[in-house]
Amino acid sequence: MLQEAALTETKTETHPVTGADLLLKALEKENVEVIFGYPGGAVLPLYDKLYHSKILHVLPRHEQGGIHAAEGYARISGKPGVVIATSGPGATNIVTGLADAMMDSLPLIVFTGQVATGVIGSDAFQEADILGITTPITKYNYQVRSIEDIPRIVKEAFYIASTGRPGPVLIDIPKDIAAGIADQPEEEKEVNLPGYQPTLKPNYLQIRKLTEAVSRSKKPVILAGAGVLHGRASIELKDYAEQQQIPVIHTLLGLGGFPASHPLFIGMAGMHGCYAANMGLTECDLLINIGARFDDRLTGNLQHFAPHATVAHIDIDPAEIGKNVPTSIPIVADAKEALEQLILQDGKPPAHKEWMETILRWQEEYPYFYDKESGRLKPQKVMEMLHSKTEGNAIVVTDVGQHQMWAAQYYRFNKADRWVTSGGLGTMGFGFPASIGAQLADPEACVLAICGDGGFQMSTQELAIIQELNLPVKIIIFNNMALGMVRQWQEIFYESRFSHSKIPVQPSFVKLAEAYGIKGYVIQSEAEAEEVLDDVLHNREPVLIDFRVDPDENVYPMIAPGKGLHEMAGVKP
Amino acid sequence: MKRIICLTVMNRPGVLNRITNLFSKRNFNIESISVGLSEHEGMSRITCVVHVEDSGASEQITKQLNKQIDVIKVTDITDQSIVARELALIKVQAVPYTRNEIYSLIEPFRASVIDVSKDSMTVQITGESDKVEAFIDLIKPYGIKELARTGTTAFPRGTQRPSQQSKSYSIV
Repeated sequence: MLQEAALTETKTETHPVTGADLLLKALEKENVEVIFGYPGGAVLPLYDKLYHSKILHVLPRHEQGGIHAAEGYARISGKPGVVIATSGPGATNIVTGLADAMMDSLPLIVFTGQVATGVIGSDAFQEADILGITTPITKYNYQVRSIEDIPRIVKEAFYIASTGRPGPVLIDIPKDIAAGIADQPEEEKEVNLPGYQPTLKPNYLQIRKLTEAVSRSKKPVILAGAGVLHGRASIELKDYAEQQQIPVIHTLLGLGGFPASHPLFIGMAGMHGCYAANMGLTECDLLINIGARFDDRLTGNLQHFAPHATVAHIDIDPAEIGKNVPTSIPIVADAKEALEQLILQDGKPPAHKEWMETILRWQEEYPYFYDKESGRLKPQKVMEMLHSKTEGNAIVVTDVGQHQMWAAQYYRFNKADRWVTSGGLGTMGFGFPASIGAQLADPEACVLAICGDGGFQMSTQELAIIQELNLPVKIIIFNNMALGMVRQWQEIFYESRFSHSKIPVQPSFVKLAEAYGIKGYVIQSEAEAEEVLDDVLHNREPVLIDFRVDPDENVYPMIAPGKGLHEMAGVKP
Repeated sequence: MKRIICLTVMNRPGVLNRITNLFSKRNFNIESISVGLSEHEGMSRITCVVHVEDSGASEQITKQLNKQIDVIKVTDITDQSIVARELALIKVQAVPYTRNEIYSLIEPFRASVIDVSKDSMTVQITGESDKVEAFIDLIKPYGIKELARTGTTAFPRGTQRPSQQSKSYSIV
């Protein structure tokens, strides 16, 4: 016993605690399972400690891929995604991911290396003012100025990132701080942030007010956004909608919060949303927004948005209420808590038989459509096949563009947290790396990385992770040899002058996949698709499928910019 | 419309940057901003004067400021009974035969002369922005060589007059 005690003592003497040690200890304390990181000069002290760490470290081939993977991980696991990048270029390469996570409220903890404190401000090698750069695109950011602060800062960062309205938090660590010896690590304390106290419990009077408004209304709708998913409130949403018999509309990011097969589900609203949902928002007399932020792609021209409606808005972020749409029943609360309170009220359901019939008529008369007789491989058909062959259970991760809209329209989600997409920032190159994070968060799931040929080429290098970890991600490329959405807008608004939106010269995606040891297929017809999909979707191997879809296909219905939700184009064949 | 917004913030590195960044990010116009220590240790007080289109925009400013983690408290005090002061230093050309004239302007404004040289004098004036403005207009014809203004700093009076309608924006 004595000997053992003596041994540990000498051990602590020879291995003093460094900043990097404190950091890793803090990460272990937060139960971090995976880090997406890229080493470099300023983070060498940290990487030296990671050498012996049990935490899985995933090496992307570009920092941007790393942070998008962390976003995918965060969306599916509900836990903050952890990223490490070195100073200067490493740090600036994650800027897009931070802005993306900020817009879509994804919790991330991002560590960046920094030059040593003594040379900060001297334009040292690989120095960048990452605090200055990221202040507007992070929920909060820190620069560690004293080694002893590390445990407190990491704890606060996890708290800030994952509570309230989630978001990315960046911690900048100068090299000497990571390498330096800690005198006396700060004692463990509760997080104390007097300026950050999110309101979770709804105001009772407003809940009463909303309950009464529901009872009185003739044409109510619920607009459910990603707040329902972040608040893990999809069960409560279903219970409430059923109790009050209120039809539900989803935003793009909210998909899956309410089952698409439910009779009360109208569909997705917005620029490429369905007719019934957009008309539902236009004609309703009571609009209950739960965790959506009235983004311009959803509302269209605000002048024509929900002109007859009393607007109620439940949001955890008070600044979202009344930001774009005047709100008469504001409820600052966590979606789950607010819905629980609303269910408890057990108010009188509205008398709205006519309204429900109108919605049903819209749905029947104006469904999504595409030409089924063209003989070409239609992207919508591919989406339908993917849906039926995965029984709607896959995790669908998309990039940005036409394929994203088709996925939102045709992959009907019945479960929460099966959908990862870049909504607010609309980041091309997001989808494929995000699918890697999603697969790591749920290793058993079938993950579909749905990309366009343009977006995939923004992050092809991450095929290396798939190869290295043998992740069974199914990479689905909707190849129309163009930046489809840009091409569509040029066709409609710029008299078909396809300025630099067509990319007829392409690599062989199959050979590219093969270069990384991944099996690839080119598919030109429905029959081929039928044959290949059955096979590859049910094994545990990665695969890349290059679907040569109809290059002239456009996404409809569509609301032109500046138009109201009722001015949809392309609602009928 | 002009709004005066008072903030209590944690005295941390970069906090002023966060506030001004937010104004530019959200496209709000700052007329003036003044910062200094407050009565609490570790906390600073910031007074911003902003121009906004309507009350919705000013509510949005308060809410966005409140969201900042380093911000403890935000109040739009425009419609309250307040004390608001600004200080200006004005170096004005003053030759012997204009000096007396300038003195006669200084007196009713309760400004004071804090430096005199051969051909100029420096005047210090404190008061609400309107008063400072009026004084500057009056003194302009004599030739202003240098002008420095601190921007408004303000807080609510100890007693709120009931006649003045106070309109506060709820954050919750």
